[in-house]
Order: sequence, then C-alpha cells, then structure tokens
Amino acid sequence: MQLIACPHCGPREETEFHYGGQAHVAYPAGNATLSDEEWGQFVFFRDNPKGPFAERWVHSAGCRRWFNAVRDTATHQILAVYRQGEPKPVVA
Amino acid sequence: MTSSFRLPTGGRVDRSTELAFTFNGEALTGHRGDTLASALLANGVHQVATSVRLGRPRGIVAAGAEDPSALVQVEEPFPEPMLTATTVELHDGLVARGLPGQGRLADEPDPARYDAVHAHCDVLVVGAGPAGLTAALTAARAGARVVLVDEQREAGGSLLGAPERLDGAPALDWVAAAVDELTAHRDVRVLQRTTAFGHYDDGFVLALEKRTDHLGAQAPANRARQRVWRIRAGHVVVATGAHERPIVFAGNDRPGIMLAGAARTYLNRYAVLPGSEVVVFTSDDAAYAAAVEIADAGGHVAAVIEARAKAPAHWAEECARRGIEVRTGHVVTGTSGTDRVTRAHVAMLADGVVGPRTGIACDTLLVSGGWNPTVHLYSQARGRLRYDAALGAFVPGEEIDRASVAGSATGEFTLAGALRSGHDAARRALASAGLSTEGLPAEPELPVTDPEPPAQPTRVLWSVPDPDPDAGHGDQRFVDLQRDATVGDILRATGAGMRSVEHVKRYTTIGTAHDQGKTSGVIASGIVAEALGVDVGELGTTTFRPPYTPVAFAALAGRDRGVLHDPVRVTAVHDWHVMHGAEFENVGQWKRPWYYPQDGEDLETAVLRECAAARESVAMMDGSTLGKIDVQGPDAAELLDRLYTNLMSSLKVGSVRYGVMCGLDGMVIDDGTVIRVADDRFLVTTTTGNAAKILDWMEEWVQTEWPELRVHLASVTEQWATIPLVGPRSRDVLAAVAPDLDVSNDAFPFMTWRDTGVAGVPARVCRISFSGELAYEVNVPAWDALAVWEAIFAAGRQWGITPYGTETMHVLRAEKGYPIIGQETDGTVTPQDLGMAWVVSKKKDDFVGKRSFSRPENLRPDRKQLVGLLPVDGDVLLPEGGQVVEVDALSQPPVPMLGHVTSSYRSAALGRTFALALVRSGRERVGQTLYVPLEDELVPVTVTDSVLFDKEGSRRDG
Repeated sequence: MQLIACPHCGPREETEFHYGGQAHVAYPAGNATLSDEEWGQFVFFRDNPKGPFAERWVHSAGCRRWFNAVRDTATHQILAVYRQGEPKPVVA
Repeated sequence: MTSSFRLPTGGRVDRSTELAFTFNGEALTGHRGDTLASALLANGVHQVATSVRLGRPRGIVAAGAEDPSALVQVEEPFPEPMLTATTVELHDGLVARGLPGQGRLADEPDPARYDAVHAHCDVLVVGAGPAGLTAALTAARAGARVVLVDEQREAGGSLLGAPERLDGAPALDWVAAAVDELTAHRDVRVLQRTTAFGHYDDGFVLALEKRTDHLGAQAPANRARQRVWRIRAGHVVVATGAHERPIVFAGNDRPGIMLAGAARTYLNRYAVLPGSEVVVFTSDDAAYAAAVEIADAGGHVAAVIEARAKAPAHWAEECARRGIEVRTGHVVTGTSGTDRVTRAHVAMLADGVVGPRTGIACDTLLVSGGWNPTVHLYSQARGRLRYDAALGAFVPGEEIDRASVAGSATGEFTLAGALRSGHDAARRALASAGLSTEGLPAEPELPVTDPEPPAQPTRVLWSVPDPDPDAGHGDQRFVDLQRDATVGDILRATGAGMRSVEHVKRYTTIGTAHDQGKTSGVIASGIVAEALGVDVGELGTTTFRPPYTPVAFAALAGRDRGVLHDPVRVTAVHDWHVMHGAEFENVGQWKRPWYYPQDGEDLETAVLRECAAARESVAMMDGSTLGKIDVQGPDAAELLDRLYTNLMSSLKVGSVRYGVMCGLDGMVIDDGTVIRVADDRFLVTTTTGNAAKILDWMEEWVQTEWPELRVHLASVTEQWATIPLVGPRSRDVLAAVAPDLDVSNDAFPFMTWRDTGVAGVPARVCRISFSGELAYEVNVPAWDALAVWEAIFAAGRQWGITPYGTETMHVLRAEKGYPIIGQETDGTVTPQDLGMAWVVSKKKDDFVGKRSFSRPENLRPDRKQLVGLLPVDGDVLLPEGGQVVEVDALSQPPVPMLGHVTSSYRSAALGRTFALALVRSGRERVGQTLYVPLEDELVPVTVTDSVLFDKEGSRRDG
C-alpha cells in the first residue's frame, strides 16, 4: 500500500484516497458550439501514457479535498503532488 | 515408539515441563520449547504424513517454515488444517494427525479472537538472527524508533541451531544481552512469534503475531489469538536468513531424509538426535558440521557423500578424527525403505555419468546442496534478484528505496560477515530514514567471532541422474514433495515447449503448495535451465508474492466479522419498527422497514393492505434514510442550476422542486427534491443509496471546476428524520399534530414547505408526494423522531393509520410511473428515455449533461424508453429483469431483445399486476402486445403509458 502525500494533510495511506482520472482537462465553456466529435473527445477520451501522468486525486477519507499528482504509470511512483489551481510542476 | 532420541543435556527445551500430546492417536510427550516436529523426532517418529497424489510416506525435511512435507491437521484445541509440524509449537493437550495432503476446515465457529495493530517506526528489522539483532542494536543506539519482528519463539535465528561462539562465550549469551538492551530502549519493540509475510510499497509490511497458539487450551479468552501488524517503516532491513537447498535424487522423499542444517537445529536447539545411523550427502561445506556434531552427540555417521572431487581440508580432518568416512566425487543416486529410509544408494558421478552403486545402511540421510538466501520479502517489494553462480542461488541485486538486506539473506553466510552486514544495513537504513548516525562510534562495536575454516566453493548440483530410469516405477526424483512433482514432470513441461519458469510452475504445480516452493523453486529453475541449455540467471525464478507463510483468513479478517463486518445504519425510529414486527430490507448499509406483516401475513398480503391504506385513508413511513445535503452560500442557486437539469435559481423560498441530475454523458445519476430554505440556502435530497456519491459529485465540481463559486456543502442525512404521511386523510392527521399550521390547500399548496411545530417539536413539513396521493413529509431533528412518529401514529389511529415499508412505497410510486434511480435506470438512461423531458430546462445555457442530449446516439428513435406493461392475464406477476421480445414464439437464437422489466408488482388500486419496463421505441409501442419469456412460456403483455394510476393527478390535493 502506497503512501500518498496529500498537499493539505501530508503522507497518508493509499486507501484514504480516490482516483479522479486525468488532470487539467477543463470543462469546455460554450460547449454548445463544439462538434459532436469534440464533445465526445472531452466526455469519453483521456490520455493513457506510460510514464509521468498528471492525475486528479481526492483525499476522500481525510480532508475531502481534491488535488493533483504526477504519477509514473509504469512504476506507480508519485513524482509530485500539488494543490488545485497550482500549475503542473516540471518533473524530470 | 518408546525409544527416546532426546539428549540428556543441552538445547533450548525446558526439561522440567512435560507436555502430553497425541499424534495419529498415539499419546506422546515433549517439552516446552519443542515444536511438534522436534517432539515427534524425540520420540523417534519420522513419518508424519502421506503425499497428496501418490500416497507416499513423508517425513520432516526442515526445521522451519520451509518444510515441504510434514503437513498436519490440528484437532485440539481447535481444528485447523494444513499446518507444518515444524512451525506448530508444542503445548499440553495438543491433538494432531498427519495429513494425506489435504486437511479439514472446522465445521464449528472459531471461538478465538483476532485483531489488527498499526505500528510506525523508523527502522523495521525482520529477523532476529545475528544480522537482524546487530541491525536493530545499531539503529536503536542511534536513537531510531525500531521494530524487530522474528518468527521464532525466541531471538537468535541461526544461532539457536548451531553451537557458535561470540566474544569467546556461547553466542546465545550475546543474543540474550542484545535482546535485553533492545527491550530497555523506550522506542524499540521486539515481537517474537511474529512473521513478516508481506512487504509492499513505501515501507509497508504486514506481519502475523501468534499470541496464544503455543498455550493451547490454556490460552486466555480475553487475548486475541493472532493479530496482524500493519507496520509502516521509514526503512526495512530484511535479515531473514537463508533456506538450505536440497539435492534431488531418486527416492529423496522417504521419511528420515532431512536437510543437514535442519538436523543441526534439531540437535542443538531441541537436543534431539535425528537418527542413530546417519549418512550425509553434500555438495557444500556446511553439512560437515552436522556430521561432526551428530558424531559428537553419540550418533553414528556412516559416511559423508561429497559430490565435490575434494573435501574441504578442515572438515576432512575433523571427520577423520571421528572415524567418519568421506567419499568424494560420489552422490546418492537412490534410497531404499518403506516408512523410513533404510539404505542410501551411493555411486561415483563423473561427467554426468553415474557409476556402479553400493549401499550404505542408514535410518537418517542428511542432504545439503548449498543455501538459498531468503529473498522473499525483498523481492515482494520489487527488489531485483541476481543469480550468483558460485552459490547456485539468487541473491538481492541493487538495493531498492526504503529496504536493505542483511546477513545470509544477501548470500553472506559467515557469522562475522552477517554481523558486519547487519550493522552496515542499519547505517543505510538510518540515512534513508533521514536519521543521524552521529551517536554511533566510527568503527562498529561488533562481537568477536571464532575463526572460520577456509571455505571451499559449493558445487551447484540440482539433481542426480536417475540411475535406473526404466525401472517402471516412474520418476521418483521429487522436486516439490508436497505436490508430488518430479524432475520428469519438469522435463515433460519443457518437452512440451514451455520456456518460462512461470509456465513450468503452473504446468507442474511446483511451488504452488503451502510452502510456495521454498525448497523447490530455485531447483526447478536450475533443472529447467539445464533442460533448455540456458543460463539460470537469464531464466530467473518465479515471482515471490505475499504471503511468505500461510495466513488464516480469520487473522486477516480480524474483528471485521459478523456484525462488525460492515457498519449497520439504523434510523432513529428503528426500535419502533422492530417492536411492530417489521421485516427489514438492506439498502446500502441501512436497515429499512420492508413491510409490517400482521397476523401471519406474507409480503404480498401485507403490501396490498398497506397500499390500500395509503390510497384509501392514511399511511406513514420512515423515510429518514433519504440523503440530505445542506447547500449554503451566495452561489448556492448557481451551483444547483449547473448540476440539475432543471432550473433551481427560480425556486422561491418556501417552495420545493423535483430535480434530476445527469452525468456528463447525459445519463441520469440521481433525483430528489430541492427546497429553498433561504436565498442562499437549499436542502437537497438524494436517493438513499446515492447520498455519499452525490455529495462527492457536487464537491468534485465545486472544487475542481468552479472554485470561484461561494458555496459550501454538508451532509445532514443523519441529522434529519423524515416521515412521509400519505393518503386522503393525511391532512386531517397533520392538522391534529400541527395545531399552528394552516393545512388548507390554499394556505399550504403542493410543492411548498412550512416550518411549524409537530407534536411540540420544531419541524419542517413539505407537501410533496411520491405516491400521487395527498401527502406530506414531516422532517424533525433525529433526536425527536420517535416522539413525533408516535404522536402521528396516535393521531392517525381514528383513520386506521398504517405504517408501511419500502415495498409499498415502491408499488405506490410505480403505479404513478415514478422511476427509482438504479432500478428503472442503469447509467444508460436519459431523462427523455424516462419520459421526463419536462424536467430538462430549455432556458439554461448549460448544465452538466446538456450537451450530450443532442449527441446522435441520444436522439435515436429506437432508444429504450420507460413504459408500463400490463400482463394480459392480470394474475401473472412478471419477474423483474425479464426480457421483452416482439415474437410470440421463440425462434432460433438470436431472438431480438427489446428491453427488460425494471419493476413489477401486484396493485391493490388497479386490482391486477403491472410492470414498468425499458423497451426499444417504447412510447411508439403503446397499445402493442409484446411478450416476456418465462421458463416455459411466453407471457403476452400490453404496452401502456408508464403512468397507470390517476393519470389526471386528481388525488394530489386530497
């Protein structure tokens, strides 16, 4: 079981968290003008890279706050955590 | 079996205690400090079990968890199957028997308690042998918080089984001093009888502590029998020692054939002579100590069969001094014996060719092919292994984060080396855990070891060729004794084209038994490599997975059994329901009254009665489990506008609106009522099962997409009790309990709410209906719920007020075509599919799900739509989940499916059965006859509108 460093609470057990998929996918404003394909891309498609991936997590059994993390999908290692609204850090 | 093989002195057993036990029906005795295996050997019992497939007699091979064959069933004090005799501590009254491969689970509940403990430390050391103790001492002296776990009853590790000396005194003196020092540290915890069985990410280790197993029937009832330690360590030092590796030869499974190191343990730790007539077969130096010690203890060692061309000089001399013949360049090719080995067949082995054999009589044959570092815990945490050709073993490769390996687990087999590596590992652990090593002396203060004789390299010998392969008895060179799997089985696997040890493992089952291949895994890799002509290092081993040793499910479950398995939630009125005979339904974790049978009623009769009361007079239910979310803040209305399909900002204070929420894909995820408490405050209700999910959903949007919205959310599900009061007489009942409230239709119209006193309690009464009847929903603080419930019940008595449960609620709402989210919907249903286009706002620019409604898929005319179904025979009750088809006779499959029945009930109001269903192009089909196939018939049904009762809504205002 991994430790995940909640940016608000510090390192906590993985079981306290829930996963929220890819980060930095903003809800498209003015989506009425999007084509069906563009809207479908937003609703149904996400990246699936091998390597560092910016993801949303929520500390659901703790402070209940959402934050972002960069996780290496090949090793599960969490390379960085940052608060909602902060820019994605550069991770080597 | 009267002969005793117990030596008069020595060992770690307490001769002043005599423990009576029964094995295979025979009454025997042993001492405190024995394992079942050592006590059996002391009584001369070697055969313990019979093998699972071939029924061959099997004995004791090892002295610890790696034993592949001595499986027993404990019968008393509590039945437990599949334990190894080598790990069961002897206690008074133990009753056990050998197993023919498989055991028997207890058919009675386990009365013992199990528990879990969390621990945090800087350094966790696994194994209290010389390396582990040194590591723990070093870390403790530097001021670290240390946990030391060790699977044995006492610390010492390999030192318990060998007459080693440290600082010129018995090594166990040093062990005792080390343990004393450790336990004196405030921040050090030493756990004996505790096996670390799983090593996971970020220094997380699970360990099983056996607290009372060794006490038998004397175990105190108030103490957990076993507990699982969940240890989070800054750094883990794996000092788990090594397992001796056998050499495989024909007939290597006979009782009396034992690992040489195990024999030393029985001799030195338990003071048991493993046999009287001993042959040692080795390709490694360590086995000589067994020969010499057994000879010194009074056993007769007939010969040492040395597979190497030359014996190590020091040990050759020691053997010569004791008159022990050493036959170099020889191997054991086979054995004789029925219940126990009686003869070792010995022959020269040169260039893979076995020479003529001679026999040596023996009752015990000790084997050593070298040692395998116990790398399990290191490998579980994704530490890479490296093959060491000189050792014939896999050793830890480069270190991983938060874990180090020390002692013989690294492949360092000398005592001095183990002590040094324990110290070094502790220093690395301290650095990794970010702790200072300043308090430590520059040069480690390690105990002085006796000089060790120069070592001669091990000869890596996986198996000895079968000298007589055509004897017709099948291959008897057992690689995995527990699985009865042989060299021949491996060769069949490679012959069939398998190239991976993982495949060979699954084909032969080698390494899949209780011992997980601790003695057989590396040998199997070696034999596969030889067969394929590849390098063992390239081939690798099978994956080491937790648990290291078997762990009972009871221990893993801990206290989470029975009523504690999952929390049970009950409403504030629960006890009343119980007293009034309610049957309960589980809805999530909630217990909800399902129906209230009277005078032996069944579900159907009770529900017809409850429904009739609601439609004809008055009825009440406990709706407290509804999810309730308090939404507060200046932007509360804006948030709800964005999340509900309909407009909420236009709702007036004092009014109620029904709302639907959809996902981004436009599918319905929840529904409920919204009441506006104030300009900046709403109370939102959700379905019982979705309360937490919808709060999470709202939080997610607020936090991640719209952080600019000034709004706060809180669950108030448990704070409010909710009592729906339903039926034409509900207004009369309400008037009786709420004297200050003007209950007239004009003053208190449909879809409004009023704060008032109900039965003297401040209450919020909503005029909403989930049945189509005149109805109210009385909300009061949960604390007052029972009093208010009882007051309403008393006030309604003159009209025959009837408590009803979830089943009646379902029937009443289904008669009106009101969907239940999760029953009529399954994540693929839009509001339009439900016939609820009216709940989708056309005024709002956007809300979650809106854009998806215009996706072509969601505009198809043949989408499944909610309709009613009336079985042509009004007595036939359709099963929920039943398929709907168009054909009146089932042709060859595939039969096109039009949809399925989502709800089906018997209706008192309609005087017949009815159903709701999702049917392709359902609304176009109103009036059509379709069919629902049952087991042996096709039931004709008429498609109707989903609203089956009081379509005009004439009953709503009473």
